[in-house]
Amino acid sequence: MNLKNLKAKNYIWAIISFLIIIMPFIVSVSRLKILGKSLALGIVALGVDLSWGYTGLLSLGQGIFFTLGGYAIAMYLQLNSSIGLPNFFSLYDVKSLPFFWEPFRSTYFTFFAIWLIPGLLAFLLGYLVFRNRIKGVYFSILTQAALLVFYNGINSQQKLINGTNGLPTPNTKLFGYLVGDPTTQKFFFYITAILLLLSYLFCKWLVSKRFGRILIAIRDDEARVRFSGYNPVVYKTIIFTVAGILAGISGALFTVQADLISPQYLLPPFSIEMVIWVAVGGRGTLIGAVFGAFFVRLFASLVSSAVPGAWLFIQGGLFILVVTVLPQGIVGWMNENGPKTLLIDISLKLDNFEKNFKLLPLPLKNLIKFLVKKSLTFSKKSITYPKLDHAGKEEVEL
Amino acid sequence: MIKKNLLELKNVSVSFEGFLALNKLNISLKKGELRAIIGPNGAGKTTFLDVITGKVKPNFGEVLFNGNSLIGKKEHKIARVGVGRKFQSPRIFENLTVEENLEISVSQSVSILKIITNQATKEKKQEIEKLLNVINLTNSSKTKAGSLSHGQKQWLEIAMLLGQKPSLMLVDEPVAGLTDEETELTADLLKSLAGTNTVVVIDHDMEFIRRLESDVTVLNQGKVLCEGKMEKIQNDPKVIEVYLGKQEDIRK
Repeated sequence: MNLKNLKAKNYIWAIISFLIIIMPFIVSVSRLKILGKSLALGIVALGVDLSWGYTGLLSLGQGIFFTLGGYAIAMYLQLNSSIGLPNFFSLYDVKSLPFFWEPFRSTYFTFFAIWLIPGLLAFLLGYLVFRNRIKGVYFSILTQAALLVFYNGINSQQKLINGTNGLPTPNTKLFGYLVGDPTTQKFFFYITAILLLLSYLFCKWLVSKRFGRILIAIRDDEARVRFSGYNPVVYKTIIFTVAGILAGISGALFTVQADLISPQYLLPPFSIEMVIWVAVGGRGTLIGAVFGAFFVRLFASLVSSAVPGAWLFIQGGLFILVVTVLPQGIVGWMNENGPKTLLIDISLKLDNFEKNFKLLPLPLKNLIKFLVKKSLTFSKKSITYPKLDHAGKEEVEL
Repeated sequence: MIKKNLLELKNVSVSFEGFLALNKLNISLKKGELRAIIGPNGAGKTTFLDVITGKVKPNFGEVLFNGNSLIGKKEHKIARVGVGRKFQSPRIFENLTVEENLEISVSQSVSILKIITNQATKEKKQEIEKLLNVINLTNSSKTKAGSLSHGQKQWLEIAMLLGQKPSLMLVDEPVAGLTDEETELTADLLKSLAGTNTVVVIDHDMEFIRRLESDVTVLNQGKVLCEGKMEKIQNDPKVIEVYLGKQEDIRK
């Protein structure tokens, strides 16, 4: 059984890797950008899963770290592709570069700034909050408030950082290559895929050790962890910092493929959406976070292009659906034998369905017969539903 | 030879919004002692443990452990100097397996770097095996602790306490909800721990306390009412009054 699972998993991984490798050659650049952005968001989702799924820290302000990463790369690109000041400054009559732009001329500085600035901020914010034992819903509100502080801060500063318009990237140059160019975009796609894989492996490694168990213990009963001789502040600060770093990396990769970083990513809906990705995929399962982010985001792009404005309603509905029907998320549901239970449930329901069965159209009849047969083979192995053998057989005889 | 006091509470007072939970409490424990603490509801038994473990800061008084003050120290630091606590209702990590629960308790002195980078060592794994044997849960070591029965949870928490290797063990109602047989086994276990460890047991169950054959301290209204062997306690008029109401009332 285990071997079989392993084989199936290997196949899935092989298919995914293959798809990622050939994708840039079979889809248009605009589609590739959507895929690349969705992959990039998988990285921030990993961080949300570590802090919320594992440790129980529901941060509604991950957009801060995400946007900081995005601005870091955008500022670097802007500075290094124009002679003199970036173009937008002339609109506001700014003659000299604001001081905080200066270090972003350096490639090395930017390379570190993308993840180190969000990381340091998460560390500081986390340490102060956790040390004062602010937790639960108060923590969530606080992070949300911090998010709005950053939103207002950046949104209103036209002269410093182009305010609400944000910083565009397609016409900038990275190491001499035009960022908006299809070839460069393919490169970004691969880089994103590789960094997503590395981040995933890192998170996986992190939670596989004792550290991961202590994170779950903190989620279960933080006070008990204290009385067991651990300082939860240390653990929570570390994990919040890691989540901040991942958000920064994600933001930078997202920005170069989204053509723009702007304060809109500092609005609450975006940060809340990150939580939804993880909830849909399955919190406490890293792979669930990645798949949740990727597919929900992909779906969002498709819906938004078909029916603009409809996405927020669907997103809300999705969240309600997951919370009420699948509290463990999709991957969590699979891990807990959800599909099997569902099949068994269906066959039990069918028992009452018998009378109406003859009235159904033929394809539906065949489908139901198939399901019943399936559930029959399942129920033979199942100990929890001993009655099912009987119910199933009757159905098949129909 | 006079044994040194491991724990000393001097004039400890705690008030919650005007209510005196502990009122100039003086208690001292010798090394290796087994001590039972009883008292009616609201006598301050749990607050007494809260003060020692750092959960509650006393308004007044001194708590000395091995001669060092515990006042103002954080909970995890107090746990690290060797004060272990078992809670009234079992508090275990429900989403971790039995084994992982114990792993957390035996790893408390491991540095954070090792916790991030290494799995538990062989030595620690043997310790976990031993603890699993003590509480008879070897076969359910991979079960999620949340799905254990109440009695098993109680024992798991006791094993977690043992895993911390504390020099002072504070055990709050270890036999609440256990069967008679389990109660007896728990009493024997606690008795066997005394001597090498110092153990404080809080409970309501008189049969259980009697079985511990230890000194008993009776708390009432945040103060020590009396101290001594069970037989002496049982015949003390003050204790009878507290537990059964005034004797005059009974006669009427």
